[in-house]
Amino acid sequence: MVNNAATVGRSGVHDYVLVRASAIILAFYTLYLVGFFVITPDVTFEIWQTYFSGFGTKVFTILALIALLVHAWIGVWQVLSDYIKPALLRGGLQFFFSVLLLVYLVAGSLTVWGV
Amino acid sequence: MKQIFSIYRYNPDVDNKPYMKDYELEIPEGSDMMVLDALTLLKEKDPSLSFRRSCREGVCGSDGMNINGKNGLGCITPLSAVPAKKIVLRPLPGLPVIRDLVIDMTQFYNQYEKIRPYLINDGKAPPAREHLQSIEEREKLDGLYECILCACCSSSCPSFWWNPDKFIGPAGLLHAYRFLIDSRDTATEERLDDLQDAYSVFRCHGIMNCVDVCPKGLNPTKAIGHIKSMLLTRAV
Repeated sequence: MVNNAATVGRSGVHDYVLVRASAIILAFYTLYLVGFFVITPDVTFEIWQTYFSGFGTKVFTILALIALLVHAWIGVWQVLSDYIKPALLRGGLQFFFSVLLLVYLVAGSLTVWGV
Repeated sequence: MKQIFSIYRYNPDVDNKPYMKDYELEIPEGSDMMVLDALTLLKEKDPSLSFRRSCREGVCGSDGMNINGKNGLGCITPLSAVPAKKIVLRPLPGLPVIRDLVIDMTQFYNQYEKIRPYLINDGKAPPAREHLQSIEEREKLDGLYECILCACCSSSCPSFWWNPDKFIGPAGLLHAYRFLIDSRDTATEERLDDLQDAYSVFRCHGIMNCVDVCPKGLNPTKAIGHIKSMLLTRAV
């Protein structure tokens, strides 16, 4: 069995489930946002702010950011471990993207919770 | 009719790098022949041309090669099936070249060895004479046991190109499933334990090049899907 430390899941099965579960959350969140634009013809700042000040939207947005973190962390790891062979470069890139995704999560959560 | 072949040539003892060499072969009008037959005729002209061959009827899997960009067996691919002014023959991609169309299949066989391609039976309930299977149990092996390990599938798989040391590859996984569902094999859990990491099975992203090129018409992607289902079923 091949061991790996840089991905999220404890095994390939775990990664597989996490990628698909997070994809479902992201798909529903996309529909939630698209639905808002479809039923709201004129989106003003006030309407946009009211939409994001709702408790449900806040929770759903943070959940989607967590799903994005998990989904992209595993996805980036899979792409990098396919195409980037030098371990130092691969580790560096994985670190960069992981930190970037964590920044998305923290910045997004603080922004949404501040509305 | 004159048929032109462009063949990958590389002899590490003589050549600094590989190159493509053109050959011409006169083929009687209205006749056809297999790619392997054409190669054999070309070898009469140029004895330095190297390729593997044995049964010349699609059973041994020795003459897997890349024919006009698609992997296949030279012995069962008629020239009429690859109509081109110039037929381009290259070694199977992704594996080290020993010479001309001859590749080093060590990595391929190492992956095959990993899946323990033999029946494992704990012998707790040994039958009096032999392990009998019902017709239904035996039917589950159809579409799996026919693999001849020609490596056309694994060497057409990008996941195998990038990680030939970690990803089992379509051929190995087809065999893995063949033993996982064999009613006489009792090592299912141990076999699944060996496959649950992030590379061995889960590097398959369903590209399906393996299905496209298999000269025996087998479906490794389907077998891999079954393995993933077995791993998921016991994990959730």
